[in-house]
Amino acid sequence: MSDFNLIPLLPEIFLSMIAMGLLIVGVSQGNKVTPVICWACAGGLAIAALLLLGMNWDTHVVLNGMFVFDQFAGFMKLLIILGLITALALSVQYLEQEHMARFEYPILVVLAGVGMMMMVSANNLLALYIGLELQSLSLYVLAAFNRNSLRSAEAGIKYFILGALSSGMLLFGISLIYGFTGSIDFTVIGQSLGGLETIPFGVTFGLVFILAGLAFKISAVPFHMWTPDVYQGAPTCVTALFAIVPKVAAMALLMRLLFDPFMAAQEQWMQIIYFISLASMALGAFAAIAQENIKRLLAYSSIGNMGYALIGIVAGSPEGAGAVVLYILIYMVMTAGVFAIVIGMRRENIAAEQISDLGGLSKTHPVQAYAMAIFMFSMSGIPPLAGFFGKLFIFQAAVAQEFYILATLGILTSVVAAYYYLRIIKVMFFDEAVDGFDQAMPFARRAVLFIAVVFLLAFIIRPEAIIESAQSAASALFI
Amino acid sequence: MIDIQMEHYLTLAALIFTIGVFGIFLNRKNVIVMLMSIELMLLAVNINFVAFSAYLNDLAGQVFTMFILTVAAAEAAIGLAILVAFFRNKGSIAVEDISAMKG
Repeated sequence: MSDFNLIPLLPEIFLSMIAMGLLIVGVSQGNKVTPVICWACAGGLAIAALLLLGMNWDTHVVLNGMFVFDQFAGFMKLLIILGLITALALSVQYLEQEHMARFEYPILVVLAGVGMMMMVSANNLLALYIGLELQSLSLYVLAAFNRNSLRSAEAGIKYFILGALSSGMLLFGISLIYGFTGSIDFTVIGQSLGGLETIPFGVTFGLVFILAGLAFKISAVPFHMWTPDVYQGAPTCVTALFAIVPKVAAMALLMRLLFDPFMAAQEQWMQIIYFISLASMALGAFAAIAQENIKRLLAYSSIGNMGYALIGIVAGSPEGAGAVVLYILIYMVMTAGVFAIVIGMRRENIAAEQISDLGGLSKTHPVQAYAMAIFMFSMSGIPPLAGFFGKLFIFQAAVAQEFYILATLGILTSVVAAYYYLRIIKVMFFDEAVDGFDQAMPFARRAVLFIAVVFLLAFIIRPEAIIESAQSAASALFI
Repeated sequence: MIDIQMEHYLTLAALIFTIGVFGIFLNRKNVIVMLMSIELMLLAVNINFVAFSAYLNDLAGQVFTMFILTVAAAEAAIGLAILVAFFRNKGSIAVEDISAMKG
């Protein structure tokens, strides 16, 4: 494989160039051009998405087997890019309001995006590690971006320490895998494990460490400790980014890793994922009940949702993988919509973050209240909204592989979780009205809200197109 | 004479890694010590990689080590920068003071 073909890396290369070029612009022009750089980054991301769409989505392996581009990678990268554009669109006004409009923000977002796209396409443990670190290092800085706020700095420290710990565990696992299989290339690892009758203890041990490291990144129990604090402490636009995008990349990475090189060790990893899936669903459902802060509540909600998505991985079938992709897509849209509202919760130019601050929203801002109600119904999985179909396909895939207990417990925890989603609706529609929020929404935020609502409603009418593209994207992993 | 075998390297790396992990969880005093513990974990991984690389007669492990060293430097820089931002807000870097958010 000596062909030096860079075409499959075109979106990554383009985004890196954009980030570096805009960094120069930012340094020479100063912070007053932050909004321009934000929109330039969003434009660059949009061009990268077009480049991606224009590429040949057949499976290509380039750079001596380091980098793979296939239908799965293409689909996940498209999701990542759209998520990043959404996050940037939500940020622009918020950065100004919080007096932290510094030009590094959009550039860090784009660099994190390049890291995530590398993760999705990694076909080698080294490429995986570099992509993961590029993403993580950018996100550490973003968490602490509001450097005049104690909470933001604290969120940064917590995220950094636990993230670095998880990278260390991931690396230790990688070193063991390297030692016991003799390679860091996914294809070679898969071949050497496939030829064995029993998986060596060292490989199992390494796999456990790798899974622990990745569980940190998708905030699955028992490695979820950072999530509520980071979600609460980080500036809301960064929380929106955390909730929308990195989970897509980490989940895609996890799927490629488990279904490609480690498919032969399915018996080993299945038990681990089974446990963390169950624990995440349970913790996500019960711990969120007592929360008063909406960002903290959404953190627990994201822990629970990752638990549901992991059920599809436990199933280990192409249908399960397709269900995970679909679930992540729907979760991403719902979260983007919710954050479009949460980010606008401000009174007298101070962010309001309590759930009680939403009181009587149906009287002060009826449009937002009805949109939020749609998102909450969808998140709690009430038919016929999109969130219901996401859960339905996950549970179907689990039942098809005879994981009855996991599917049953998943349904039970989603009933518990429905309580706190419906509580938000109750607060908005039936509680005493508090003062309205500051000014009308800017265009970008309104557009995000509108697209999310339209997506969730259109999904009822024509779900086939999206379901089929998710299924066929995931089927690329099983060739 | 004792021959130094593969398992000696692996044991050493596992020990250093464990010291690093415990350094993060047991340390109640100073965040700088946590950064040092993280560095210790990464160095343990490097020992593993180099030992395996020599054992397998394969260069990939040593290349990986170079990358880890580079990324570790970037990570330390970012960690210290965040720590400075925290210190300017709080006036302390004691672990027990990182507690504005709980629950």
